[in-house]
Amino acid sequence: MMQNVIGASAKTQLSLLDRGEISAVELVTEHLQHIRRHNSVLNAVTEILDESALAAARAADAQRASGEHKPLAGLPLLHKDNFCTRNITTSCASKMLADFKPPYDATVVSHLHTAGTVTLGKCNMDEFAMGSSTESSFYGPCKNPWDVTRVPGGSSGGSAAAVAAGFAPWATGTDTGGSIRQPASLCGVTGLKPTYGRVSRYGIVAFASSLDQAGPIARSVEDCAMMLNHIAGEDPLDATTAAIDCPDFTHGLSDDINGLRIGLPRQYFGSDLDPAVAVLVHAAIAELEAAGAILVDIDLPLTHDAIATYYVIAPAEASANLARYDGVRFGHRCADPADLQDLYQRSRSEGFGEEVQRRILVGTYALSAGSYEAYFKKAQQVRRLIRADFDRAFESVDLIAGPAAPSVAFTLGAKNQDPLTMYMEDVFTLSVNLAGLPGLSLPAGFTEKLPVGLQLIGRAFDEATVLRAGHRYQMMTDWHQHRAPMISGVSS
Amino acid sequence: MSYEMVIGLEVHLQLATASKIFSGSSTAFGAEPNAQANAVDMGMPGMLPVLNAQAIRFAVMFGLGIGAKIGRHSVFDRKNYFYPDLPKGYQISQFFEPIVAEGMFDVPMPDGSLWPIRITRAHLEEDAGKSVHDLFPGATAIDLNRAGTPLLEIVTEPDFRTAEQAVCYLKALHALAIALEISDGNMAEGSMRCDVNLSVRPAGSDILGTRTEIKNVNSFRFVERAIAVEFERQIDILEDGGEIIQETRLYDAERNETRSMRSKEVANDYRYFPEPDLLPIVIDDQYIESVRASLPELPADKRRRFIKDFQLGDYDAAQLANDRSTADFFEATVALCQEPKLTANWVLGDLSAALNRDECNIAGSPVTPELLAGLIRRLADNTLSSKLAKQVFEGLWAGEGDTDSIIEQRGLKQVSDSGSLEALVDAVIAQNPDQVAQYRAADPDKRKKLSGFFVGQIMKASQGQANPQLLNPILMAKLASDD
Repeated sequence: MMQNVIGASAKTQLSLLDRGEISAVELVTEHLQHIRRHNSVLNAVTEILDESALAAARAADAQRASGEHKPLAGLPLLHKDNFCTRNITTSCASKMLADFKPPYDATVVSHLHTAGTVTLGKCNMDEFAMGSSTESSFYGPCKNPWDVTRVPGGSSGGSAAAVAAGFAPWATGTDTGGSIRQPASLCGVTGLKPTYGRVSRYGIVAFASSLDQAGPIARSVEDCAMMLNHIAGEDPLDATTAAIDCPDFTHGLSDDINGLRIGLPRQYFGSDLDPAVAVLVHAAIAELEAAGAILVDIDLPLTHDAIATYYVIAPAEASANLARYDGVRFGHRCADPADLQDLYQRSRSEGFGEEVQRRILVGTYALSAGSYEAYFKKAQQVRRLIRADFDRAFESVDLIAGPAAPSVAFTLGAKNQDPLTMYMEDVFTLSVNLAGLPGLSLPAGFTEKLPVGLQLIGRAFDEATVLRAGHRYQMMTDWHQHRAPMISGVSS
Repeated sequence: MSYEMVIGLEVHLQLATASKIFSGSSTAFGAEPNAQANAVDMGMPGMLPVLNAQAIRFAVMFGLGIGAKIGRHSVFDRKNYFYPDLPKGYQISQFFEPIVAEGMFDVPMPDGSLWPIRITRAHLEEDAGKSVHDLFPGATAIDLNRAGTPLLEIVTEPDFRTAEQAVCYLKALHALAIALEISDGNMAEGSMRCDVNLSVRPAGSDILGTRTEIKNVNSFRFVERAIAVEFERQIDILEDGGEIIQETRLYDAERNETRSMRSKEVANDYRYFPEPDLLPIVIDDQYIESVRASLPELPADKRRRFIKDFQLGDYDAAQLANDRSTADFFEATVALCQEPKLTANWVLGDLSAALNRDECNIAGSPVTPELLAGLIRRLADNTLSSKLAKQVFEGLWAGEGDTDSIIEQRGLKQVSDSGSLEALVDAVIAQNPDQVAQYRAADPDKRKKLSGFFVGQIMKASQGQANPQLLNPILMAKLASDD
């Protein structure tokens, strides 16, 4: 029985629990053992919470036995390590926060806890979510379960790799410029970045506040919808969450997509895109057309400018967000500071890795007197134009489709020496964050045994349409059910 | 050469919200260090600011109170700098679009005139914590209780030309804040702090000199003295052929001097940018009108009403109207005795002196409006002379009872019957034959002067109880009659 559990969807695992075919303790134990067996190779999980997970599982079983239980009681879950978890290390994969145990839960964490999920551990990530390969982690790089010589993408690479490897049926991630969708694409799993303002940012360690958004990484669109139901909604602790009603996102998923107009941005299928990936993405779009969708060629002329725009705005916000790590109240403090200046300089130089320091410098420069007008203000203006481009596009289409990443997973070390090459990884995802729109990445096939992702982009707060089209695609294909070698290899 | 000073003021007014501007922590003064700092105030990872609506309301009340424009769309910005008592490494402030825009304000001056000044802007921001350097040897302690306390920073154009104008403006601002109940106005606890921007130039010139900024002066008296010494300092430099350096200075009250804190060359680049964690504040007409409707009477309106309804002079009206509890006391007393001018004199004179002497505020005055009105009634009906009234007032202040019982106990009733007064006059004339002779020998305009001696002697003999108005004609007649 057990071999079927690892790698099964959250929905499947939940129904096993609901039918009493497996206990929460069995389910959690099986996952913990699986993580123990493979994490040394994969490095997807930075902390495994055996004790608290088993205690929670026992409580879930007791609850289920009593007849009345929480909706997701006993269902395993992993959190990206930038979600604050009360009394559990929340490091952001940085030396700076290696010993940081927050006295509070992020709103997303407490919602999922309230729903009954069991947290198995925390996932590796690029340091402070800055990166597209999970190589900038203080804990060392995470590997791709489809080929451990390759990166899982990033920054939610630990979450995507963990789900792909069956460490948990689902995990949380955050997406500032593609950090859910690109690793989901590279790891062959399904990831949703909801509309900015749909999910609370309270308790998520900030990278770029106007872009950060939390979302699910799972094995299917259905699972993403199920998690979104629990984490979405206005939060009095986050002033930027929207006072917009949340529908039941699992409801109407199977409705047809007849007549749905899907826009194909010319700029998403140019020279940036690996030809083999292009073939698969086109094939996936053809499936949607076969299901009744109407394809429309559209233009998003500022797609490329989004990169420069993003790499001004995100570092600028980060430079302020990361100023609090000064060695004074929490986080890394250098030994024997000579004076205040020394305390600041050494604590920050020792605590932050190279990419984080690079972005703080870039952001500080972009905001400084003499540069503000030329960089930050200009970037804000372009950001408004990018939004306007999407608004115009959505006058004639209901959904936009394209690739989630320009290529399949690349080998470790291939891009991390050249930041600009690495930044190109997010060319198809960045503008979605700049416009605050929902974006979904879902498996659309394999080239050279490596997964490729299809990205669907929707109107603001129209996750329902994005999810419906994604689910329709998964009803017609089985790419999302393919299992990484790591899962089949452990069957007992 | 004669110089004039040019002054602009920046006032940080602490708003009296129950909780902080971006968190639910209490703003009460005097708690144990860091007892009122929660995760948001401490800038913990993942914490987000949530705007306190009361702070917005107070800022709008202030804007309306000072006659300034309200920013219909205003935003918060991050002001970035490193300091141990600034937990996030940035202060949330308003730089690009403040909540209160430009306005004009008439500063009531002691001579009753009004000095108009331009308000540049007023914006909301959070206060920083406190660094305590003298508690632990070799270490600095951080108290974040104050971090996140809402401040309204009120900036003027360089429209002041004297220290007196600056101080009168600060007093008027203080009065306005108290009247609006948007601040407790407790200067000793830092509820109102002032930065003085000062430059000098030859009198009559219209070119601005290089200015210095004197930071964090926290009493009216210190503002006055800091301005005076900085004015002298700058003149001395110019007279010696030197140049003023644009810099931030500190006023040392003990040595009565200003000292350089930091010069502009090493000043911070604050790298302001819009705060992404907060939405813009959008204020519509309906909100503004609802706030306007809830405003209490403002000091300036009160001043005008006192002049019109009570025929008070400009100065008295301004003095009474400027302090809400004084104004309330005054009006309560007038309502009881119907003698506005006498009441104004007593409130601003003997009562105010006694309050100052015993360091008492008017709300806790032992002489209540009822007691003072009783005194004023006895003055008005000539039972008491003003001299006797002062004695009665001392009795009231000491808690000896009401006016009539003090008159009774102390036997202070004014002597007003003509028989008794005549007897008093006769006795004094009889006792001072030389002075009488001198008086009678003098020419008429000198006589007036000499008559004062006799009034004094009669008052002395009557222990101040002779009614001077009635006494005078009797005395004059008697001095003249034996001519």
